Amino acid sequence: MSELQPAGPGTARALTKKDFMSDQIIRWCPGCGDYAILSQAQTVFAELGIPRENFVMISGIGCSSRFPYYVNAYGFHTIHGRAPAFATGVKASRPELSVWIATGDGDALSIGGNHTAHLLRRNVDVQVLLFNNRIYGLTKGQYSPTSEEGKKTKSTPMGSLDHPFMPLAFALGCEATFIARSVDIFTKEQREVMRAAHDHKGASFVEIYQNCNIFNDGAWDSLIDKQVRGERCLFLEHGKPMVFANGTKGIKLNGLRPTVVELGNGLTADDCLIHDETDPYLAGVLARMDYPEFPVPMGVLHRRSRPTYDAQFNAQIAEAKAATPNASLKKLLYGGDTWKVE
Amino acid sequence: MKPVQSLESVVIRFAGDSGDGMQVIGSQFTNTTALVGNDLATFPDFPAEIRAPAGTLAGVSGFQLHFSSSDIFTPGDSPEVLVAMNPAALKANIRDLKKGGLLVVNAEKFVQREFDKAGITSNPLEDGSLDEWRLVKVDMGRLSREAVVGLALGTKEIDRTKNFFALGLCYWLYQRPLETTIRWIESKFKEPYREANLRALRAGHAYAETIELFENRYEVPPARLTPGTYRNIMGNQAVSLGLVAAAYKTGVPVFLGSYPITPASDILHQLSAYKAHNVVTFQAEDEIAAIGAAIGASFSGSIGVCTTSGPGMALKGEAIGLAVMTELPLVIINVQRGGPSTGLPTKTEQSDLMQAMYGRNGEAPVAVIAASTPVDCFEMALEAVRIAVTSMCPVILLTDGYIANGSEPWRLPDVDAIPDIPVVFHTDPADFQPYRRDPASLARPWVRPGTPGLEHRIGGIEKQDVTGNVNYEPLNHELMCKIRAEKIARIKVPDLEIYGDPDDLLVLGWGSTFGAIRSAVDQARSEGVRVAHAHLKYLNPMPANTAELLRSFKRVLVPEMNLGQLSRILRAEFLLDCISLPKVQGQAFKVREILEAIYRTQENEAAK
Repeated sequence: MSELQPAGPGTARALTKKDFMSDQIIRWCPGCGDYAILSQAQTVFAELGIPRENFVMISGIGCSSRFPYYVNAYGFHTIHGRAPAFATGVKASRPELSVWIATGDGDALSIGGNHTAHLLRRNVDVQVLLFNNRIYGLTKGQYSPTSEEGKKTKSTPMGSLDHPFMPLAFALGCEATFIARSVDIFTKEQREVMRAAHDHKGASFVEIYQNCNIFNDGAWDSLIDKQVRGERCLFLEHGKPMVFANGTKGIKLNGLRPTVVELGNGLTADDCLIHDETDPYLAGVLARMDYPEFPVPMGVLHRRSRPTYDAQFNAQIAEAKAATPNASLKKLLYGGDTWKVE
Repeated sequence: MKPVQSLESVVIRFAGDSGDGMQVIGSQFTNTTALVGNDLATFPDFPAEIRAPAGTLAGVSGFQLHFSSSDIFTPGDSPEVLVAMNPAALKANIRDLKKGGLLVVNAEKFVQREFDKAGITSNPLEDGSLDEWRLVKVDMGRLSREAVVGLALGTKEIDRTKNFFALGLCYWLYQRPLETTIRWIESKFKEPYREANLRALRAGHAYAETIELFENRYEVPPARLTPGTYRNIMGNQAVSLGLVAAAYKTGVPVFLGSYPITPASDILHQLSAYKAHNVVTFQAEDEIAAIGAAIGASFSGSIGVCTTSGPGMALKGEAIGLAVMTELPLVIINVQRGGPSTGLPTKTEQSDLMQAMYGRNGEAPVAVIAASTPVDCFEMALEAVRIAVTSMCPVILLTDGYIANGSEPWRLPDVDAIPDIPVVFHTDPADFQPYRRDPASLARPWVRPGTPGLEHRIGGIEKQDVTGNVNYEPLNHELMCKIRAEKIARIKVPDLEIYGDPDDLLVLGWGSTFGAIRSAVDQARSEGVRVAHAHLKYLNPMPANTAELLRSFKRVLVPEMNLGQLSRILRAEFLLDCISLPKVQGQAFKVREILEAIYRTQENEAAK
């Protein structure tokens, strides 16, 4: 991470969370999980050592996509599902900017699935924060592409027929170089994941379980309630064995399949699978692990290094300019087959 | 020696299978002719399919070239010379050939198998059906094969040299030098194809010289063009160079976001090679992403540009609305083609005018301008950028397949004389408001992210006047709708000019109909008709003198390649009862069709 830089013109002080709070009244419902995510993000932004004017927040449409209005930085609230396209234009033309996308399960995976896929494939160096609440909030309660099968909503009185996406498995299928997961109320873990996403050079895809207390209240409770989260969440650490439930359980591989094992009786943490963020095959295993068969992996599931789109885009420009040092409009127009009329 | 007959102008059409290389020899004949100094205009006409079944009507590809020793404006109504490489090409094109015109056929292809593919019942070379034309039969395939004997080539590869044989033949006929094409072949092909094509070209030339094929040779002396340096240019190329010029003249990078679509893709191809000129390209995953990235680039301080055609325009509608709302500069170039839906991808039409003017949700005014000739595409691309950055708004530039792929000689501009387009990024944080406007143009400030102290948010939700904050108040919304409309209305555009005779009949066109209208008006006037031509290059806003000028005429005739879209706009805007001359055949107007309409209008008037 670079050293702290001035906050703006003439302000040599370090930034604080407050610097990233805009003057706009926040219009999310009271009790919405979005507040917690906004708060963690603002805290992290202040720690990154980046001048405030170099932050750009980009969003599509939906509750989560109001995010840019509430962050005191440059922001662009665009159109439904297309934030990745706008972000690509921003980052390719201005690679020095820190570009963040706030999106939701509908925005990123329904209407904008195509763009999400291509952003990840290209490895544009931006951070995607996907607020997953498994419901459509802003349109008032229809099922989303992450809603569970059979879900009864306003548009599915007899239950949804759609099989849901697993967002991180989707991202991995799109050749994502960074996938991570957190939960709106896991404040410390969430900030760690956001910092890691920022540090990653490439498209960072972060799924954040988020509670919509109006249309899908408690959607994640069975995983994240204080009483059960130790048992049902697997907090990953690179190079560390995968153990959970206060060290009483672990994950082992049986062939290609993960299995939950009880530790003790000769089985120790050392016998468990060691987390290796850089292993794409292990990433495939982790991305598919879901409750109730498994605890849900939290933290950074996978990160690997691949040249970013924006860096290569600008390297080609530099190469072309170096190869044509005296480029001029006149030479371009008058080059090639011309003839003179006297 | 054959007698040489001097002609003022010639229209020649090459026609063959899509795989026969007709576009190649068409372009070669064009380049050579340009360098000889003729005025010219070209029209390539090819199927949407890359390789429709060989020998069928669906697979016929053509290239028409009009060259002249005087000023010309169109690729010509009907060819005087037709080169037909097979029966299908003959069948598809023969009715266009002028009576008494020269018909050169690749005779060896006139066999039953080819007739079956083309749906021909008897051999036209023998059944007398071609008696109205001067028929010249040449076994081009066989003669090319003989020319390339000894080279290590397969049958198919040998067959592919016959287009150069045909070209050599035509070069002899019109006394064109071989050097330009020889240079091109040498740079384009590797051995043994280089040698094969060169031999075929020279063999065609020598064959015409040796054998008593033609009763005449022709010359078309150089045109008396305005002095200057010239190059031949197609509309898509001129658009590309106009955008490069805009990057130079603004000092701001141009960012093209595009998704390949016929007939606009060539602009993407060409601009992708201009990175050294501050023009960068992004091939997006779809039409929406293309415009999204372009708007993102505009937000970041580049000039966002999109190139597309009708179906792509339909997909971009929502994003154009966002650019209207966020008041960012954006240029959208619609190279129109036949619609609706997929329509006629390789054919021309002007039927997206209403879409450009009104094709968005909400009150979403944008500037709309149109190029009238291949050369004009350069200036109009520059104009589009000038308007976009001056008024902070989206600008739609309409061209179409006819001028995009058609070509003409371009007298190159004095680069230094092209005025700069000033762009000032706002940097002063004192009392900054994102939607505070320039009092004259009503443009809001353009701020690059990264500018300290000017952090702000924009988006598609209605803006509060001045602050740009989200705002749902009824009167503010109405005010903002009116401001956005007024901003477009205030764009400065030059007055509409009249060519020809005042106050009686005006032929009013827009876009690519320029050449056909101008030629028809010239001809009518030479025949004593009082008629004038005016051409709208600015559709929104229209020139300030439009209403007054139109009303100064007794009648206004409006030819367009659609079912009367400009006519409808003129009626709506000016209560003007114009006479619509619509054509939607995927083909440009012939001069004759407009001339006939001029005479019809006169007769109707006389009959009153």
